Amino acid sequence: MTSTQGRVENRQPGYVPADNSQPPSRRFRFNEWLDGHARQLFITPAVVMILIFSIFPLVASLIIAFSRVRLKAGGYQVRFVGFKNFSKQIFGSEQFHFLGTFTTLTFLGWVVALSASAAILWWMYRYITTGFSIIGFIGRMITAIVGLGIAWMFAGTFFSGNPFGTLGVTLFYVFVGCGVQFIIGLGLAFLCSQPIRGRNFFRVAFFIPMMITPIGVGYVFRMMADTTKGPFSPAWQWFGLNDFAWAANPWTARIFIIIGDSWQWIPFIFIILLAAFENIPRDYVEAGQMDGASNWQIFREISWPQVMPVAVTVMLIRVIEGFKIVDLPNIMTSGGPGIATESMSLHSFFAWRSLDLGQSAAIAYLLLFVTVVICVSFFNLIVVNRMRRI
Amino acid sequence: MSNVSKVPRRSLFDRLFEPPRIGAMAPGAKIIVYTLLLAWSAFVLFPIYWLLITSVKTAADVNAGPFFIPFVDFTPSLHAWRELFIVDYADTLRAYVNSLIISLAATALAVLVGSMAAYALARIRYQPNLITILIFILTMTAALFAVFSYGVDWRIVLVVGVGIFYFFSKAVASRVKVPLANGDILFWMISQRILAPIVVVVPIYMMFQSVRMLDTHLAIILTYAVVNLPIVIWLMYDFFNSIPKDLEESAQLDGATMIMTFREVVLPLSRAGLAATTLLVMILCWNEYLLALFLSTAKAQTMPILVAAMNAGERGILWWSMSVVIIVMIIPVVFMAIVLQRYISKGVLLGAVKG
Repeated sequence: MTSTQGRVENRQPGYVPADNSQPPSRRFRFNEWLDGHARQLFITPAVVMILIFSIFPLVASLIIAFSRVRLKAGGYQVRFVGFKNFSKQIFGSEQFHFLGTFTTLTFLGWVVALSASAAILWWMYRYITTGFSIIGFIGRMITAIVGLGIAWMFAGTFFSGNPFGTLGVTLFYVFVGCGVQFIIGLGLAFLCSQPIRGRNFFRVAFFIPMMITPIGVGYVFRMMADTTKGPFSPAWQWFGLNDFAWAANPWTARIFIIIGDSWQWIPFIFIILLAAFENIPRDYVEAGQMDGASNWQIFREISWPQVMPVAVTVMLIRVIEGFKIVDLPNIMTSGGPGIATESMSLHSFFAWRSLDLGQSAAIAYLLLFVTVVICVSFFNLIVVNRMRRI
Repeated sequence: MSNVSKVPRRSLFDRLFEPPRIGAMAPGAKIIVYTLLLAWSAFVLFPIYWLLITSVKTAADVNAGPFFIPFVDFTPSLHAWRELFIVDYADTLRAYVNSLIISLAATALAVLVGSMAAYALARIRYQPNLITILIFILTMTAALFAVFSYGVDWRIVLVVGVGIFYFFSKAVASRVKVPLANGDILFWMISQRILAPIVVVVPIYMMFQSVRMLDTHLAIILTYAVVNLPIVIWLMYDFFNSIPKDLEESAQLDGATMIMTFREVVLPLSRAGLAATTLLVMILCWNEYLLALFLSTAKAQTMPILVAAMNAGERGILWWSMSVVIIVMIIPVVFMAIVLQRYISKGVLLGAVKG
């Protein structure tokens, strides 16, 4: 050890050999300092940026959500009001806007509410009797409470024939929209992974919608859906529907927005699932064919298990992004007719525009709460579970 | 081969859906696959075609009903293009340059900072103390409360808050330790992506307002970089983990510092991951609307704002100009995609998504 020490001379590019007669140059000292602090230097910028631009606004937003903010000359006047902003949304005068209009439950409403409650309680009961841990129990309690709340909300509004509010609309966009996008994206990826010609063309063509700005997509689909001047107006006229307006009926308006959203987001699901399908060794599929498996069997037994972990994660990403939907409803219908297509982000944005900052922050926090509960439940109950099984 | 003679009669359906050989597709299946794929191509490409022809239509052509084929149904005119690039070129050019500066700078910043953090998390063990973090959050909440509810000047609060935090972290956190691991930091950073922009945008707006940085490039660049940081960290963390450690270890044996190893060994090796991440972040920054709407008014306006601006006005929506702006917005993204294409091997994103 001691004998070799003197020989290791050229240790690093820019290494200055020890020469005690001169003090080390400034640059050398700076590099030494950098090297000594590399541990912190690598991670600090990211931490600081996230603290300043995510955590700090998050806390500030929480304070605003518990306050009443008034604009006055040269600044803001903030008064602490407790849970008033939240209770106004959930129980008070804004209930119709956030949750929906409630009347007495119809028979269908009762059936849905009670069966959903029974299912959730049964699920909790099974968890408690089979395995039990404190953290798991608390997490599942939160999931169950949110699930029950959402189930009763839909039972009281949609299944009793009443309009639902922005929470219901957001959940509709997320679950129906992401479901449709997943099925089509998966199908396209599977078709495109078959040994066919022109795969590169399809790959490039299918990717294009992702490059267009969401706000542009909104306007393009408004052009498409125009029943008098749009490209499909001859077809509408042929059906005798030229007075029909997509944006005038709540359900067609919502479907219209989901079509636009799907057009934009299917490419994302497609491109990643395509890579997953192409990653499956060709031999597996050919071995299946050799054994006389049908196409459906090959997909179910060979391709799907390989693709599933990727599919679940892609859906998680898509659901997270889906909750943020704001551009499309804003452009395509401005939340109308009434509040029928207003997502929670848009609701919060409109509240901000009418300078009601407290309400705006409260709605944003409710959105955050629902997103976190649903995404964490999805991750812990489905992703982790599936990973274990494979 | 003898099987064939045993089963001489097969229905048309069987012949259509039986692969001629292993690894090839049956003719019937091929027809179905091509039909579905071409149908989807039509669904994807038709709106883009419509965008292209709308950009060369006059107002009269748009309002008179659908015309499908240029030169046959209507005479194309470049009036919208002329209006945007010759008459109003100052506005268009400014928004375009703003968008380019902002999205390139934000992408560069996010990729640099994010990949450094991802590398650190993949290679160095950190043990942050949960107590310190709790003290920090409590101090920050109290400080913000003082600023918002009691109107104390934020500069005073900042100094006092830093002092209090320093004192408590020295006094308490050095005695009680609840260490966290790298996985916790990683989860914390990635989970920032769950935040909808609407949750944080109002405080960010107020923050930039108080330091008089609204409507500047820097404000939007910083905000975009942070919003996209989680994606970079997620993708790059996984990518760095897939690089064998031997190369770095041998570089370090040769006396390279950590920064040198990162710059000379790790980054060149992860070119594919960097290219894919850059492209994704670039697309997201280029197309972002909500944050730009809050943070810019005139000087720092970006292209998506210009698209929305085509709606304002007494003449209704200027479909032709809007189409031009949307088309022009696609060009840089396509260009970036072509430039970065050769570095991106397929399945780069796959690694991270596999989890």
